[in-house]
Amino acid sequence: MHPLIIGPLVTAGLSSILALVISVTDKIVNDYGEVSVDINGGKKKLAVRGGSHLLGTLATENIFVASACGGRGTCGACKVKVLSDVGPHLPTELPYMNAEEVEANTRLACQVKLKKDIAIEIPESLFNIRKFRTRIESIKDLTYDIKELYLALSDADVAAGGIAFECGQYAQLVAPPYDGIKESTQRAYSMSSSPLDKAHIELLVRLVPGGIVTTWVHTQLKVGDEVEVIGPFGEFGVKDTDALMVCVAGGSGMAPFKSMLNHILETNAYPGKEIWYFFGARSKRDMFYLQQMAELEGKIDRFHFVPALSEPNPEDAWNGPTGLITDVLDTYIKDKMPKGRPMEGYLCGSPGMIDACIKVMSKNGMTQDKIYFDKF
Amino acid sequence: MTPDVHPVTLLFASIFTSNILLSNFLGMCSFISISKDYKSSFGLGFAVTIVMTITMVVSWAVLKFVIEPLGIEYLSFIIFIIVIAAIVQMLEMLIDRISPALYLALGIFLPLITVNCAILGAILFMQIRSYDFAQTLTFGIGSGAGWWLAIMLLSAIRKKVDVAPVPAGLKGPGITVITIGFMAMAFIGFSGMLTVQ
Repeated sequence: MHPLIIGPLVTAGLSSILALVISVTDKIVNDYGEVSVDINGGKKKLAVRGGSHLLGTLATENIFVASACGGRGTCGACKVKVLSDVGPHLPTELPYMNAEEVEANTRLACQVKLKKDIAIEIPESLFNIRKFRTRIESIKDLTYDIKELYLALSDADVAAGGIAFECGQYAQLVAPPYDGIKESTQRAYSMSSSPLDKAHIELLVRLVPGGIVTTWVHTQLKVGDEVEVIGPFGEFGVKDTDALMVCVAGGSGMAPFKSMLNHILETNAYPGKEIWYFFGARSKRDMFYLQQMAELEGKIDRFHFVPALSEPNPEDAWNGPTGLITDVLDTYIKDKMPKGRPMEGYLCGSPGMIDACIKVMSKNGMTQDKIYFDKF
Repeated sequence: MTPDVHPVTLLFASIFTSNILLSNFLGMCSFISISKDYKSSFGLGFAVTIVMTITMVVSWAVLKFVIEPLGIEYLSFIIFIIVIAAIVQMLEMLIDRISPALYLALGIFLPLITVNCAILGAILFMQIRSYDFAQTLTFGIGSGAGWWLAIMLLSAIRKKVDVAPVPAGLKGPGITVITIGFMAMAFIGFSGMLTVQ
């Protein structure tokens, strides 16, 4: 036979044989049979196939542990407490753990392989995380690049109790493959609707140039389309203390604060809190919800809204504060806000804005552990 | 033609006089990067020894029963690499099942070894020097053990160097490469005592 034929044939044949041996080994070696997962001391018991990682196995059982990297062990978000013995921590887990977490046997769900029965502890709120089927009820243009999506949960989801979330939490919007994008993609958006309405979800989506999901929302979505949403996630929320609440947002960072303020209006929650909300935009065409916020300011005595433009156009006829939101924040803390009261920072916006705000807040005597934010 | 070297001689030769790391400078990247930690060095050295021995024997079989009969020596690089990758993959699964403790010790090193040139290098020496089965086996064990010995020595030295007053510009890889140079010179002292081919 000609060597040009023998060569590829042998290489391909050898590779196939080795691949076959590997998959047979995998089948035999990685068969751990059925293992049971005990969650929160018997609250929930799952019987699952062993051999794969905890994160994925829980997801197939509709328990969604937060994970930004999708189980590649690079984000450290999927921490769960493991009560039974699953061996010592892997080198891939340790960079994301502090000493107390190691002591408490906190693990990364994406690195723990299910080999035998296991007992774990996860926040009760994870049971509320579900995949919801929703239909788009309305899409509003808030600015030239921010859309407000109003989603109605399917009847089945509403019958099952709807979405139970706290204001400040976020949901992952699932964009199916479209145009050149071959894979389904998820991105996180804070919910701007009130938690009392369990049948609807409102999201604010700003168009990010080149963004997969935001481009999909801005160019493909129409009223009546069905979309999937997974949630709620996140720990960003109002702390029930008497400290001054200093909120800073830009662009679609408005979302969690809209939810919080409407919630406070509806239920008079956190009665001891005085709320200062700084909202920054470049010019009038980036500004939205001004009227809604003014109405809220009228209805909630302890709420103060400070919108600021950094580069107002002459035709904007802007007579509010101007300058970078961080500078406006600085002046207000120094001159206009009540002095001597403890303060808490709540930030939502671009990473750059958040870092700049943290600097200003620290400079004005606020400690890092009292500054809360979601960076995405 | 099979060289006239006793397998036991070859074992010692490959550990000391023809150390794959310090005479041939193969497998340098993981040698330099992992040697800063004593425990990891031990794990990696052990993993290299096991993988080296097993891949060597399997590659010998593939060489004798597939490559040579079919006259496709020009493909041996590709075939050896495929064989190494597949064996490492299988070893990883087997160790995970049989001994989780050992898996933990070797865990992250096994995939690293797939691209360790010392393994491919030793296999190619085996082919060029046309070792027979017994020689291949001891050469595999010896080369692995030699690599293991070298990385343990280096990490022990680095532990001392870490607390020594090293000029700032030489800290880290700089002083490590110099150290390796000295080690290699020391090992040159053994050369010529035993022949490997």
